[in-house]
Amino acid sequence: MTIDAYLTGAYDTAVGEVPGSSCMGLHAEAALGAVTDAGLALTDIDGVMCAYSLVSPHLMLGSVFCEYMGIHPAFCSATQAGGATACIMIMQAAALVVSGQCKHVLVITGDNRLTGLSRDGTVAALADVGHPQFERPFGISIPAAYALVAQRYQHEYGVTAEHLAAIAVEQRRHAGRHPKAQKREPITVADVLASKPIATPLHLLDCCLVSDGGAAVVVSSKAAAADTRGTPVAILGAGQGHTHEHIVAAPSLTDFGCKTSSARAFARAGVTTADIDVALIYDSFTITLLVELESIGFFARGEAGPAAASGALGLGGSLPCNTHGGLLSYAHSGAAGGMFHVVEAMHQLRGTADARQVSDAQLAFVHGDGGVLSAHCSLVLGRH
Amino acid sequence: MGTPFTQATTETQPFWDGCAIGELRYQACGRCGHVQLIPRSTCVECFAADLQWKRASGHGRVLSHTTVHRAPTRAWQAKAPYVIALVALDEGFRLMVNVKDQAALTIGQPVRIGFCDVDGVAMPEAEVVA
Repeated sequence: MTIDAYLTGAYDTAVGEVPGSSCMGLHAEAALGAVTDAGLALTDIDGVMCAYSLVSPHLMLGSVFCEYMGIHPAFCSATQAGGATACIMIMQAAALVVSGQCKHVLVITGDNRLTGLSRDGTVAALADVGHPQFERPFGISIPAAYALVAQRYQHEYGVTAEHLAAIAVEQRRHAGRHPKAQKREPITVADVLASKPIATPLHLLDCCLVSDGGAAVVVSSKAAAADTRGTPVAILGAGQGHTHEHIVAAPSLTDFGCKTSSARAFARAGVTTADIDVALIYDSFTITLLVELESIGFFARGEAGPAAASGALGLGGSLPCNTHGGLLSYAHSGAAGGMFHVVEAMHQLRGTADARQVSDAQLAFVHGDGGVLSAHCSLVLGRH
Repeated sequence: MGTPFTQATTETQPFWDGCAIGELRYQACGRCGHVQLIPRSTCVECFAADLQWKRASGHGRVLSHTTVHRAPTRAWQAKAPYVIALVALDEGFRLMVNVKDQAALTIGQPVRIGFCDVDGVAMPEAEVVA
């Protein structure tokens, strides 16, 4: 049985370096844009879900947003699960509309990390998610934690630096077709390998961007979706998987919660990996995407790298993946980074992806990963 | 080194007390025998609150490692490049440590956990076993 909730509106702001942007300003623009896209007014919204901000952190970001907008919804909350947040909020919003608690839930993400914190400031702030006694005293950073996964994964499955680089190259090729993408100039495998070492085996171009930007969606019940203007996208399945928070405590360095989260989402939707037309999968680092593609089952162990090198993740490939360019080349501004994947899935399923359009895209798989492959949420979305 | 060490908690104090006298300690469950680190108040396997502290041999193998070139803070940047290793101890628990003399590592390589003084705190570190 599918979930019977619908994505009825979506909007993403300009991304990259957005001078004059602020956390709440990006929230407001994204929120109003998504509501307008759905053909609704802000007063039609009876549920609000926000994520978190590094630039303007607050214990109650949902309430801060509602106060900023001057709205008084029947439901309001804020969720913090790193890169899994957008998908988790949509899963929760779907439950709210299916249970009859709400008709239209507005899910908003956004932060001005690049102009508000800088790249260095963002890297430093994110390192604080390391364990205060058993990781941070040893100089851990998010890239270093993913590098520990990459090193082990290379060892066990023969993944090479060239395989990882091929993923970055394809993501950049996708971004080149998106007029809003932060990084559009083509790169080569040699460029990736020659970029600055960050934490071996990861280079600078193996790592996601730091950006300003916001994105929002409206999740509506089936009955309420009839009141909206745009083409709704069906939420067919959703699932989560949680194994750890800190990499020092991960039960495995090669198998993660994405396996469980995706299996749950596929089962709920009644589909398999083979049915998916376009995938939008969290790509904080090249290794993140490679591990997820193999752990979820889109490719056998050790085969995602060669597949990427042969174009399988490209627009004409067997699994077009991150057609907007992903966190590696489109943009990454915190929880909005994961939401950009959702917005792109909606473009693909509504047939509005322009030069990036996967022909006859009927089914999309969206996946968010928070922490160090710690918290996972998968969505299966379908053309209505 | 600029280690951002935060205060030990009730659960972790025995670990750091051990480091201060050159002992690597870990928790074992009195009910099911499961061993664990990071220290907690309950067993992650059977949830019993019957945890005992044991002394580890200090011997283990490299589970993974990375050389950090781009450090997260200015203090760590001054030390870069530095090596971080995940070590699987023979007793069945895992530890994240730096590596003595920034020695090059390979996965599976045997190492021994020793201790070094960092800003007055005894910190575990990995040493390559000859």
